[in-house]
Amino acid sequence: MNDLIRIDHLSTYFDTEGGKVKAVDDVSLRVREGETVCIVGESGCGKSVTAMSILGLVEEPGGKIVNGQIHFDGKDLLQLSKNELRTIRGNDISMIFQEPMSSLNPVLKIGEQIMEPLIVHQKLSKKEARERAIQLIEQVGISRAKQIVDSYPHELSGGMLQRIMIAIAISSSPKLLIADEPTTALDVTIQAQILDMLRQFKEQSNMSIMLITHDLGVVAEMADYVIVMYAGKIVEEGEVVKLFQSPKHPYTQGLLKSKPIINQRQDELYSIPGQVPNPLELTDSCYFHDRCEHCMDICRTKQPALKEVTGQQKAACWLYEEALVHA
Amino acid sequence: MSLNSTPLPGTIGSKITGPKSSSLFGQSMRRLLKNKLAISGLVVVIIMFLACFVGPFFSPYTDNKINMAMMNKAPSLKHWLGTDAMGRDVLTRVLQAGRISLTVGLASMVLSVFIGALLGAIAGYYRGIVDQVIMRIADLLLTIPGLPLLFIFGALLSDWKIPTEYRMYIVMFMLGFVNWPGLARMVRGQMLSLREREFMQAAVVLGLRDRRKLFNHLLPNIVPLLIVIATLNIGGSILSESVLSFFGLGVMPPTPTWGNMIDAANNLIDFQEHPWLWIPPGFSIFATVIAINIFGDGLRDVLDPKQKR
Amino acid sequence: MSAYLTKRISYMLIILLAASLLIFSLYALTPGDYISNNIKLSPERKAELREIYGFNKPLMERYGIWMKNAFHGDFGYSLAQQKPVLTLFNEYIWNSFLLASVSTFLTWLIAVIIGVVSAYKQYSWFDTLVMVLIFAAMSLPSFFIGLFLIKVIAVDLKWLPPGGMLTTGSNATGWAYVKEVIRHMTLPVVVMTLLGVGSLTRYFRSNLIDVIKQDYIRTARAKGLKESKVLFRHALRNALLPAITLVGFELPALFGGSLIIEKIFNWPGIGQLYMQSFGLRDYPLLMGFTMLIAILTVIGTLISDVLYHIADPRVRLH
Repeated sequence: MNDLIRIDHLSTYFDTEGGKVKAVDDVSLRVREGETVCIVGESGCGKSVTAMSILGLVEEPGGKIVNGQIHFDGKDLLQLSKNELRTIRGNDISMIFQEPMSSLNPVLKIGEQIMEPLIVHQKLSKKEARERAIQLIEQVGISRAKQIVDSYPHELSGGMLQRIMIAIAISSSPKLLIADEPTTALDVTIQAQILDMLRQFKEQSNMSIMLITHDLGVVAEMADYVIVMYAGKIVEEGEVVKLFQSPKHPYTQGLLKSKPIINQRQDELYSIPGQVPNPLELTDSCYFHDRCEHCMDICRTKQPALKEVTGQQKAACWLYEEALVHA
Repeated sequence: MSLNSTPLPGTIGSKITGPKSSSLFGQSMRRLLKNKLAISGLVVVIIMFLACFVGPFFSPYTDNKINMAMMNKAPSLKHWLGTDAMGRDVLTRVLQAGRISLTVGLASMVLSVFIGALLGAIAGYYRGIVDQVIMRIADLLLTIPGLPLLFIFGALLSDWKIPTEYRMYIVMFMLGFVNWPGLARMVRGQMLSLREREFMQAAVVLGLRDRRKLFNHLLPNIVPLLIVIATLNIGGSILSESVLSFFGLGVMPPTPTWGNMIDAANNLIDFQEHPWLWIPPGFSIFATVIAINIFGDGLRDVLDPKQKR
Repeated sequence: MSAYLTKRISYMLIILLAASLLIFSLYALTPGDYISNNIKLSPERKAELREIYGFNKPLMERYGIWMKNAFHGDFGYSLAQQKPVLTLFNEYIWNSFLLASVSTFLTWLIAVIIGVVSAYKQYSWFDTLVMVLIFAAMSLPSFFIGLFLIKVIAVDLKWLPPGGMLTTGSNATGWAYVKEVIRHMTLPVVVMTLLGVGSLTRYFRSNLIDVIKQDYIRTARAKGLKESKVLFRHALRNALLPAITLVGFELPALFGGSLIIEKIFNWPGIGQLYMQSFGLRDYPLLMGFTMLIAILTVIGTLISDVLYHIADPRVRLH
């Protein structure tokens, strides 16, 4: 499989009142054609900012991509002009967001919002776009499409709105769909339907999905490849089965341990001790060191690099560096 | 199914409180100091106050002696802003007038904020019949146009032969009285929404007494809003006073205010030939009010970021 | 909606009734009246006139008479002008409306454009400049800026006439008449626009800043729309929505004239008429004018509420 998108050494920083926050710090990753990559991590670990950086949607002022390349379709997205990038957004790469309720414009009809990218990217006429919008609404499993096309967002439920968002996202048959916590705000039963739908469209059109989530259940269901982020850095990545079977980084191990397992009552749910470090007070160290059970001296003074631990699995942890040295 | 560790304080990209944050007040002050525009506004306000209250002591013309030899002289080195029809130094007069205008502005602000906040808080807290009565009176007063109301009061003052030296106090009351309804409405709205918040429900569950709930839990929450409104209100009051005095219905000569000094412009000769009589007080009003507004807005950003109009 | 309207309108009427009583009493308290102030009249004649106009009757009776006539559409008779109050209003109100409508239009136009641009470029030097100008406009003492501009532009530079609506003794007609009125109204319109544009620009700017942060703006950008489309189609519509409520609040200003500006510029509008009448204590006219503003204020508030319900699809249903 060929690389569809490759991010090299991406760094996105925010200027805040307290100082500079390295929201995304030297992150490299790739998504191959037809692959689903999940980026996992707690809120604030930089996973959403990574996605926003791809589309050039990092909030200005304050937020700025300071370094890196994003290769897509033979181009570096970070070098493109605003106009060139715009022709890619919503066309080759589209995105859906966490809050369907607030992601659609409350004063525009559903139909108008679906038609916009069709008119811009597919150069359809208004009438054609409207026909296509109705088809798309049917395609995402909403009946009464002719009625829905003329309704306003507040008249629809959250689950329906997320379907509409998906309809907008797939309207131009994108090569990559970025889904930022697409099911977090929805009921569990709806979550499953939405995920099914994403998978179905992916299989139909061979598009790739970059799925951002903090929910390991979603990861298990959807991912081909998993990337774990912590405090703006990738701490571990690997194929989904391998990573779930034998997580390498203590953080990933903690995450998996804290996930409740059905039919297995524990007296107490495990939780990783301590808190995510303050992003303003990061020093040259493993950012996870003060929460890690295996913390060593070197972890406090030097940052480990992301290195291959076994075939297809990488981790940024001194435990494995040492192992390599000793071996 | 989700991760159970504490999320970061605030999402990345939004404002993150600095690590040094001590008290809420200290934080606010630090943020205010960073707002250069607001601080420059504050500096101008302070300079204006100092000039008006201390400045005249350094002037050789404080006694306002009538000097027929120096009538209506244009600005010169001796008299920086010229002299008036009675040979008095205009600069000294402007500063002395500023004392009155600033005092009236401050006092009527205090009055209207006091009445408005008190009635608004009572209405929003007790609701029911008390709320109905207070808010209906406020509605009524808001329906009647403000300027005619002030004009009537001004005419009444003249009729009652209030000595001119006391008039300024009555003008303070008038302005304070006219301004309270809008303020009461805003405070009431805040109270109503605060009542519904979790910490107030907690206070109810704890069985706290009314007075304690009102003074210890609710009022402190609207203090930032009040500070901001109060600041901006001073500017508005200074403007209103000047309008009234300009039309001869507010503070009257010989007590000088910026408003009644501009009254000189009502005289065609002074208007055309002696602009130094009425332009300096006008610019003093403008400079003071703009500085207060800029500072007040900066204060709003710091104290009450959600509140906007 | 109709139950809501009935309730609102009946409350409106009660407030207006209370306001009319209050205003009437206040004017009754105000010292002097048109007859006593008139030095040309003999004491006997004064007493006679007072009898005729009913000035000797007790306050409540006079109010009752006024109210009864008002219900019949008769707002009294101006003593100074010797014309019915409503006829006078009709003569003067359109001059006021001319000034107010042009300046309101300009105010909104400038405020929307500048507000949008400075919100879009928040924190840029342009935005800072706009903010300072906004505060400057909001801090202008209306009468002073009027006088100042008359002095500089009309008296010293002689670019525009200092006041009035027509040059004294002018009998221009047709196009010449229009041109003359435009020349005369330029300065007052500029001042009125200056006075209003600050707070409105600020309002649009802060509304738009709020809107730009919303998720649906991010969605619009992610769709690959042009920035201008994001701004004017997606953001501006949402920012304009709450502004619709302001339209109603403009009502008193549109028809009620501006006391200060019309006085300073000697503009023959209803505000200037009020100022003249106040000096003369022409009570029927003063009462009529104050009630007119009160009525416009109340109706304006109602219009605002109704417009808001119509305009916002989220509220429309409920």
